[in-house]
Amino acid sequence: MSEFILITGRTSKQGTALHKGKESAEYRRATGYVELGRADRERLGLEAGQRVRVRTLFGEAELELQEGDLPQGMIFVPLGPAANALIGAETQGTGMPDSKGLEAEVETL
Amino acid sequence: MKIENVVCPFCGCLCDDIVVEVENNRITAVKKACANGRGLFLNAHTQAAQPTVDGREVEWPQAIDVTARILAESDNPLIYGLSSTASEAQRKAIGLADLLGATIDSTSSVCHGPTTIGIQNQGEPTCTLGEVKHRADLLIFWGCNPAAAHQRHFSRYSALARGKLTPQGRKDRTVVVVDVRPTVSSRKADVFLQVRPGCDFEVLSTLRALLKDEILDVDEVGGVSVAQLRDLVERMKNCRLGVIFFGMGVTQTGGKHLNVAELIALVAELNAHTRFVTMPMRGHGNVAGADSTLTWQTGYPFAVNFARGYPQYNPGEFTAVDVLARGEADAALIIASDPVAHFPRQAAQRLSQIPTIVLDPEVNLTARVARVVLPTATYGVSAAGTAYRMDNVPLPLKKLVDSPRPTDEEVLSKIIACVRPQLT
Repeated sequence: MSEFILITGRTSKQGTALHKGKESAEYRRATGYVELGRADRERLGLEAGQRVRVRTLFGEAELELQEGDLPQGMIFVPLGPAANALIGAETQGTGMPDSKGLEAEVETL
Repeated sequence: MKIENVVCPFCGCLCDDIVVEVENNRITAVKKACANGRGLFLNAHTQAAQPTVDGREVEWPQAIDVTARILAESDNPLIYGLSSTASEAQRKAIGLADLLGATIDSTSSVCHGPTTIGIQNQGEPTCTLGEVKHRADLLIFWGCNPAAAHQRHFSRYSALARGKLTPQGRKDRTVVVVDVRPTVSSRKADVFLQVRPGCDFEVLSTLRALLKDEILDVDEVGGVSVAQLRDLVERMKNCRLGVIFFGMGVTQTGGKHLNVAELIALVAELNAHTRFVTMPMRGHGNVAGADSTLTWQTGYPFAVNFARGYPQYNPGEFTAVDVLARGEADAALIIASDPVAHFPRQAAQRLSQIPTIVLDPEVNLTARVARVVLPTATYGVSAAGTAYRMDNVPLPLKKLVDSPRPTDEEVLSKIIACVRPQLT
């Protein structure tokens, strides 16, 4: 298990997959992965394509691991049902949940 | 038939130069649009579709009747979404909220809601995208990735656009990207500042301090060297027109509206040296219109509640995520958005526990948990209407093909007519 900062966000693939329908295989693929930088992936002995569990204080999701251009200690999950499971509903009086900068753990399955 | 100067309703860029070919009432080709826009036009649902109640197809009068009964019997209904519908429909939705004493909120609250709060604190030095195109020579993209989310922003309005005072396009501009990670956009920038997650406020404060010639006793702030920040301040002071475009990297990270207020304070102070403006990168096609229409109708841009018979505004209290996560909403009318796909699970779950009604061209994830699904026309494809670009310029959306589906505005008018007698 390893500690990370989780960022969620849009990607162009998530955007175009929307038009195929949110129950399409494209949308599931475009929103069902977690990105990790190369250094972290090698440190944890993980391979791209492998399934991992991402856990935050608010929930967890099983996702496919992909390698991305990320600084050490950061993971990225595209907007979608998996990201929603990892985000809490507290908005600190703003209406906006903390969708970026959450503490997260990555665990090999 | 070729239709020119079509406005794409997908994102806040509202590109108005799209060419669409229509044959036998079907869109057969789309030119100039980005992948997102092309996907919207080519996959738009224009065929007849029946409304459903509890998963069973019903006729429209019955679906409207069930909807009206759910809303009339509710003590605390939530009306949410609005950002992918036309302003004519937004106005009807606000009228319905007023009639019901409901809470009404738009997708702004999980997007640029903190921006609005920041603007309410600081004001908004801004301009139109036309001015950016023709005059801006320093473009700063902070916590946003237009190459992925607003794919034609660079070519139509900013980095690559050729304007009157920027005839050479990209060569006449300096592009700076500030983000927590390298992105497709940062790879196209002249300067990339990689900020540590959660440190935007500190970096913005440092820029303000450097602008005032304060002496700093550190070499680095939030992962960025003070030398790099000093260089950015010099570029800012010496440009002709500078713009900071900003996105969710500023609003969804710790500090939220305080980050935005700090960013605007910096921009305001830069106007002592040169002309400097800022603009949020608005996501959905008419999310800026949702803010404008709500403000015009109620005085407030989002998070509005009518329970006392007059509009009250309070983010955190009347915002959709909060109203749902606390279990306060006892019925929901979701218009042109998909909260089940985008809300934290705790808030999204509430929508399957209460009677939810969905007005949308798509059978989205929220429709899957809804009691009533009302399939409507797509504004900009099978219905005409008004949408506001991210710089708050309203543009007319065209009707390109006929569809038997009613518009959101028509359906909401029928719901209002059906609800009104049940409330007296």
